[in-house]
This record gives sequence, C-alpha cells and structure tokens, in this order.
Amino acid sequence: MLIKKESTDFSPTYKALVIGVSAGGLKALSAIIPSLPSDFPLPIVIVPHRKHESEDYLVSYLNKRSSLTVLSASIGAPIKLGCVYIAPSGYHLLIERDKTFSLSIDAKVNYSIPSIDILFDSAAIAYQETLIGLILTGANNDGSLGLRSINFYHGLSLVQDPKSAEFSVMPQTAINTTHADYIIPLVDISDFLIKLLME
Amino acid sequence: MTTLVKQVDLQHFEITQLLEAIYFRYGYDFRHYARASLERKVINRLRLAKLVSISAMTCKILYEPSFFNLFLKDMSVTVTEMFRDPYVFKKIRDSVCQHLKTYSRVNIWHVGCATGEEAYSMAILLDEEGLLPRTRIYATDYNNHSLELATQGNYKADKMPQYNENYLKSGGKSSLSHYYQQQGNIINFNDSLKKYITFANHNLMKDQVFAQMHLIFCRNVLIYFDATLQNSVLNLLKESLIHRGFLILGDKESLDFSQQRECFENYANKERIYRLFTNL
Repeated sequence: MLIKKESTDFSPTYKALVIGVSAGGLKALSAIIPSLPSDFPLPIVIVPHRKHESEDYLVSYLNKRSSLTVLSASIGAPIKLGCVYIAPSGYHLLIERDKTFSLSIDAKVNYSIPSIDILFDSAAIAYQETLIGLILTGANNDGSLGLRSINFYHGLSLVQDPKSAEFSVMPQTAINTTHADYIIPLVDISDFLIKLLME
Repeated sequence: MTTLVKQVDLQHFEITQLLEAIYFRYGYDFRHYARASLERKVINRLRLAKLVSISAMTCKILYEPSFFNLFLKDMSVTVTEMFRDPYVFKKIRDSVCQHLKTYSRVNIWHVGCATGEEAYSMAILLDEEGLLPRTRIYATDYNNHSLELATQGNYKADKMPQYNENYLKSGGKSSLSHYYQQQGNIINFNDSLKKYITFANHNLMKDQVFAQMHLIFCRNVLIYFDATLQNSVLNLLKESLIHRGFLILGDKESLDFSQQRECFENYANKERIYRLFTNL
C-alpha cells in the first residue's frame, strides 16, 4: 500500500538518495540494496547506527550481495553513480556543497555517531530539491529532524511503513513529527525506487 | 527589479562574510574549515542566541568578544576518549616504542588534545614501557576551557569501564584504576603521570613550530580542514619532526593526496603511522 500524502506538479531530476537506519538495519538494508540494478541512477549514502569498530562488516556483507559497489565513505571523495556509501562507524558523515564527503567527531546527536540528522541536514543543503531521504527501521528518534530539513528544501521524503519495520519507533517518529511524501512497506521499497527513477 | 536569491546561497554568502569578519577582528582563520560541519554549528548558535540572521551574528561577533569566545567554544571539538582505536596504541607499544627507546630524551606532541584523554593514555603506555621518565608530552589545543579540564585531569568515573576495556585491548599491563584516585563519580589521574605532560594553547591556524618532536599525534584534526589548511598544517608538523620522526593520523585520514606524501614512508598502514624520510 502506497500512501501519497501530497501531490507535486513538477518532477525534479533527483541526484542522490540518503538512507537512515538503526536497530534492525542489516535485515532492512539487505531487503533493499541487493535488489537494485547496477545502473541504478542515483548514488546512495547510508547512515547505519552501530558501535565504533575498526573492521566494517556491514560494507563487505552488502557488497558481496549487491550489483552496486558498496564502500565506506571517505573524506574528500567525490560521490559517484553506481556506488552505495556507508558512513564509517565512530564518525558523523556530512556532504559538502561540492558533493564530496566530510567527517567529524562532534558530540553525539540523538545518542548516535554517526547521526542520521547530521547527514540529512547537510545533504539537504547540498542537494536541495534533488534529494531523496528514506528513514528505515530503528528504536530511537534520529532522522526525523533531518527528514524535516529535506522537506524544507523540497526534496522527496520517504519512510518505511512502521508496520513492516522490525523496530517501528524511528519511522513512526518521522511520520509523526514531519511529513512523509510516501510511506512504503519494506518489501516494496526497491521496486518503488526503480519505478520512480528508472521508468 | 528584484532578483531571487536562494536561501541556501544567501546562507553560504553570509557565513563566508562571518568567517572573514572573524579573521579580520580576531585572527582566527576558519575560512579553510570544511564547511558543512561549521555551518551546522553556526546555525545551532544562531538558534540558541535567538538571532534573526547570520549577518546579525557577524555584527555581534565583531563587537562582543565574549560572544566570539562562545563561538570559539562551539567550533572546537571536545569529543575524545582514552585509547580510541586500541590497535593503534598496541602498534605504538609493540613497535614504535623500540625506536623511541634509542633516544635519551623523547618529545611527543598531541595536536588538538581537547580534554586530554589521549595524552593521559600515552603517558600510561610510556610508563609501562619504561619510557615516561625521559619523555615530555606536549598536548595542545586552542580551546582554553578544554585545556583547563585536561590540566586538572578529572574525568567521569562511569566512563572508566569502557576506557579500561580499550586499555586492555591496547596491550595494557595492569589496570587503568592503578593510575587514578576515585572520589564519588570523579576520577583524578595521578601526579606521577601529570608531571610529564604540558598542556598549552597552540593554534594551528596561526602558531608556529615550538619544539622538535619524536612523535606527533594528529588524529582526527585534519578531517575538519579543507585541502589548503591541511597542507599548511602538515607542513608545520613536518617541520616539527626530528629526522626519522613519527606522525600518527586518525583512522580515516591519510597522506595519500597531500603534498607531503613523498616526505613520509608508511610505517603501519592500518594504524596510519607514518615516518619522516631522511632529509637529503
């Protein structure tokens, strides 16, 4: 079931997709990223909440299963098509106006580093109406303010249907505190993105 | 005729003006900071101070030094922990120390030390390797408030279990509690560590070389700078190192695209430890 909350008359060319995910993230990302084709037309940037470790299991796990290239976001790197960037653990990930990455170790936001709000806020400024934001499963409130920023700059806001989420708090908070253009069950997200962007 | 200017572009212009004003008025050069993180802090302060625009903030900063001090505090990163990335400290303990032991005096510099946790970590490591008595640790930051806390050496006791875990992973030979006294929820590091550490104000944006170092920690400092400022800071660090001195960067930083790359060899890749080549 797709719920379109507000219709827009123009269809902008989207340039990037940012995703925020917390508890339950491995399952949710595994249901989306490997289902996207190698010619998916947007770079994807993901903030998953997790503990700071030197080895990044999530990157290699998703990369093995996806036709897109999954890699850790690194400082100064230009954001390229065909790539899925994962925020390194223990750092906030930001996008600069010149569409390169930067990192910071500032205070935790919503008890989290990396924080979804920090990525989304900076991406909203960098991409404005050409940005798509997606909030997935999670047990805290991170990402809601960031999604509000994306709405403020007229980007497209997507939220996983909380009923389909392993942890419903994060998507539900996003729906309650800002508006979502579409609320989509997990199993339909990859098809939704392909239809929206490739047809 | 009115010309439409996008709100984001206006904001960018106003921040550029703000940074020019700060440089002109106080000599702190934030013009070469990575902008996204700086912009976030400016907007946060704007909201807290209930100002109507960034231009209003520029005005307040120009005329109120106390407000500028608040801005400085916002900008300085005070988040740190003991033995962050334990495998780096393990590498220092297991192999860099062998080189340090060949010197009769050892100078170590922690650049951007914030509240001092890393400097105390290093003092503990050196103590266990028998190097502390011949070492002077310089730990610098431009935030005087952080330096004051670092000098006092008081930290929250509830962080110690995590720090102790890091310490043990880094090859710690005893227990972290061996190095501090606890009173209630506060711990205080022993004077036997403190007397080897000098906490001092140093501003990478304008201050110069102040001593010859055998080892420099500059972890997670460069991530806040653009390529221009990174280059000038790396130059300063290079000038501060003795022949064959060590430079340690953060786990997401590298010399790979810097102008100083050819002056350094990789000593340990994963740990981001570099060593200055012989000056020919």
